[in-house]
Amino acid sequence: MTQYLIRRIFWAFFLFVVATMITYVIFFVVPADPATLAAGKATKPEIVAHIRRELHLNLPIYQQYWLFVWNLVRHGSFGYSFVNGLPVRTMLGQEIPVTASIVVGGVIMYLAIAIPTGVISALRPRSILDRSGMIFVLVGISAPSVWIGLILIYLVGFRLGWTPIGDYCDLRPTHAIGVCSGPGQWAYHLLLPWITLAVGSAALYTRLIRANVMETMSEDYVRTARAKGASPSRVLIQHVLRNSMLQVVTILGMDLGLLLGGVVFIEIVFGMPGLGAQLVQAAPRFDLPVIVGIVLFATLSVITFNFLVDVLYAWLDPRIRLA
Amino acid sequence: MALLEVQDLHTRFRTDDGVVKAVSGVSFELDRGKTLGVVGESGSGKSVTFLTVMGLVDRKIAEVEGSVRYDGEELLRASSSRLQKIRGRRIGMIFQDPMTSLNPVKKIGWQLEEAVRLHNDVSRDEARRRAIQALKEVEIPRAETRVDDYPHQFSGGMRQRVMIAMALINQPEVIIADEPTTALDVTTQAQILRLMKKLQDDHGAAIVMITHDLGVVAELADDVLVMYGGRVVEEAKVDDLFAQPQMPYTWGLLGSLPRLEQIATRLEQIPGQPPSLLHPPRGCAFNPRCAYVFDKCRAELPGLDPAPDKPDHRYRCHLDDAERERIWAAKKAALTGVEGSAA
Repeated sequence: MTQYLIRRIFWAFFLFVVATMITYVIFFVVPADPATLAAGKATKPEIVAHIRRELHLNLPIYQQYWLFVWNLVRHGSFGYSFVNGLPVRTMLGQEIPVTASIVVGGVIMYLAIAIPTGVISALRPRSILDRSGMIFVLVGISAPSVWIGLILIYLVGFRLGWTPIGDYCDLRPTHAIGVCSGPGQWAYHLLLPWITLAVGSAALYTRLIRANVMETMSEDYVRTARAKGASPSRVLIQHVLRNSMLQVVTILGMDLGLLLGGVVFIEIVFGMPGLGAQLVQAAPRFDLPVIVGIVLFATLSVITFNFLVDVLYAWLDPRIRLA
Repeated sequence: MALLEVQDLHTRFRTDDGVVKAVSGVSFELDRGKTLGVVGESGSGKSVTFLTVMGLVDRKIAEVEGSVRYDGEELLRASSSRLQKIRGRRIGMIFQDPMTSLNPVKKIGWQLEEAVRLHNDVSRDEARRRAIQALKEVEIPRAETRVDDYPHQFSGGMRQRVMIAMALINQPEVIIADEPTTALDVTTQAQILRLMKKLQDDHGAAIVMITHDLGVVAELADDVLVMYGGRVVEEAKVDDLFAQPQMPYTWGLLGSLPRLEQIATRLEQIPGQPPSLLHPPRGCAFNPRCAYVFDKCRAELPGLDPAPDKPDHRYRCHLDDAERERIWAAKKAALTGVEGSAA
């Protein structure tokens, strides 16, 4: 276990270096001048040169990279945005909760739909529920989340007026006037984004769970359990579910890691200031520190969830040992 | 009255390609404490017959007809909760592949305790005590500690012992063993068979031994059913079957058995493949592969009729008795005479 942890940490460190380096290299391969962009239109060359020095853009690439690593290790600083001068750490601190709120709620919602639907359609293949589930799956897989989001905004938010059509409200209550906050408002505003995220993924997970449960149902040890005299519900709960969740856990872990790097379409459609929306803003402005910060967080979340999947896997299946 | 009476059992599976007649009109009886050997190739319907008896075929895709009476009670029309009370309590089952027949994510002890607690209202401690006792009975060393192991920590032979322990833990009157030794190596096979025989002597259970190995049948069985194409093609007392087999398919099975005293380098084989259960041949199912086939075999299914001198030795074959006797005498000489000619 200790050996496994040490290897994991080395691996995480290696990935961190690779991910940030690639980001730096790509940035310098692209022929653009962030200093000119930051200085704005119609400025004197001296001002541009001054800004270039301020942002250390005059230094060679490896020195800039080294500076970034040094500041991160020495001061825990991700640097400052080229565009607005804010500390990247502060910006991430505001954006991560937004993205995390969308992702965690959406994932809980799609699992709540997919697990029962998948299990029931596996137990009753070709039934009406299985077939209607299949239609729902096809719609969910075929429809892009942007489209689903826009349709929901138009129908539920605008036509019916049941939900807000955008904006993020902080989970923690504040008393500032004109600012919405608190768990109720938070969930109310996130309802449509959650549904949007859930529709596409619930479909996929339903299929995945259905296939896995059906496969497990035909295992020899399930027949053994029935031959022992176990009831169908006992067979399902004690013998089938845990064995059929292994693959689901793997894919769920990868999905969570990826989604936490930013749910770009949903954030943009619903005007949520999360990581994805920020990345889309920062990229065309060549705001390197912000881009690197987001890439770093995304890498970290993928590594973390892969680790959690490994641990969960070992717990679910005693044949797997962390070594 | 026999403990288990099966009458004219049919099992048909509906598939996209048509109806598969896996079992067609199988009848037999099993008495307390006796061992019934069921022999046949893969796909002869021997496993499906007993899965049907246990109510383990999926009735959503399978049509079942006939009668299965256990201790006078009709099982084919029993409710599923009634069947759950019988399965594992009165009839235990051992499956072919011990590597896949135990749940990989549950401890051995848990799986044995489950079998106990499904049928007995006892405490966890008592169930555990019985689980350890059952492991000792199948000669698993250090049962007290191994009870907390997972299946993957056991070898194949050990796992099959666990399966036997699980089938026996509630002391059922019937044990159905579906090729219990097929997946094991030869030395382990012998141990498992010896163990089953010992446990039968201790507990007096009746055993159904499903196998394609005539050696196993000779070792354990009192009576034998030979199955082919979903039907019983020959049934007899074990000694009669080996002394005077009547059906060309049984001759083929005996001919394909390796013998210690035989120096011949090649074993006889039965040419061709087992019949399709989707489109079975007309007449006798064995006719496409039979060396003694004649027109009647291709037109008419022979009945399961008794031998002239032995009413409990029955077989399906159109050959007339004198002809059959002549062929078997020649075959027998060929099978056992190799030794003489080589010496």
